[in-house]
Amino acid sequence: MLRASVIVFPGSNCDRDVKVAIERVTGFPARMVWHGEASVPASDFIVLPGGFSYGDYLRCGAMAAHSPIMRDVIAKAKAGTPVLGICNGFQVLCESGLLPGVLMRNRSLKFICRDVDLRVENNSTYFTRCYREGEVIRIPIAHAEGNYFADDDTLDRLEGEGRVVMRYASAAGEISDAANPNGAQRNIAGISDESGRIVGMMPHPERLFETALGGIDGRRVFESAVVGFAEAMD
Amino acid sequence: MKARIKITLKNGVLDPQGKAIAHALGSLGFAGIDDVRQGKYIEVQLAETDPAKAREAVERMCKDLLANTVIENYAYEIEG
Repeated sequence: MLRASVIVFPGSNCDRDVKVAIERVTGFPARMVWHGEASVPASDFIVLPGGFSYGDYLRCGAMAAHSPIMRDVIAKAKAGTPVLGICNGFQVLCESGLLPGVLMRNRSLKFICRDVDLRVENNSTYFTRCYREGEVIRIPIAHAEGNYFADDDTLDRLEGEGRVVMRYASAAGEISDAANPNGAQRNIAGISDESGRIVGMMPHPERLFETALGGIDGRRVFESAVVGFAEAMD
Repeated sequence: MKARIKITLKNGVLDPQGKAIAHALGSLGFAGIDDVRQGKYIEVQLAETDPAKAREAVERMCKDLLANTVIENYAYEIEG
């Protein structure tokens, strides 16, 4: 039985959407784990959902990164448990040091909520293996702080190690400033750790995982996790 | 003791809020503004009475939580 855990911080607001997406796509129940818990039950993967954890106080994700549950999430991630951070979850991963860089205020200063085109750059991570490399997918972003920033050395290292997982692109897959909604360096929308088991992404795959929602391009993020789970069973 | 902590964006890090403020100041008729950078100011009241220990604690607070050293610098004064 697949065991997925969704961490719930005060201010998370995509946690139930993620739970529903996991359950509908994988067929297994997902557990909600409150931020004040000392540990996450043994999990095949963990999701840090979107929202406004701790009201975005100080910096987005900064308070959540130091919450009691994150000590165990960090320990489990370092021990190999796959972790997906979506939107605010990506910010938490960066603030906790599990992923490099930081998500800054959008260059427009506006909260942007709309579908964007993304080019899948790495389809070997735990959460993107059901996509094709170079494929353009369309799923929504909804954030005011998604402007990915890291110094040039870090960006070069991420590129060199194939850790840029997806970029903002045109519908034809071209990477351009016009296709960059928030000013993210090198159009980066998602990155991974060295192992490909920790992935952070600003777009919300849980918002487009079945046709009733208007699209299914986000579905394969969760299907990828099922493939990973099945492989671990073999 | 009281720590007065200033957190500022590193040089070269784009500050869209600072730019918006500069633009607004210009619209209000303030001339000659070359640039605006926005930061944070935090005061922490400390029970500690030893300046060296207070300094050490504040240094850790800045590194661990108050500043994100990927994009921010911090500076502080301790008084009292």
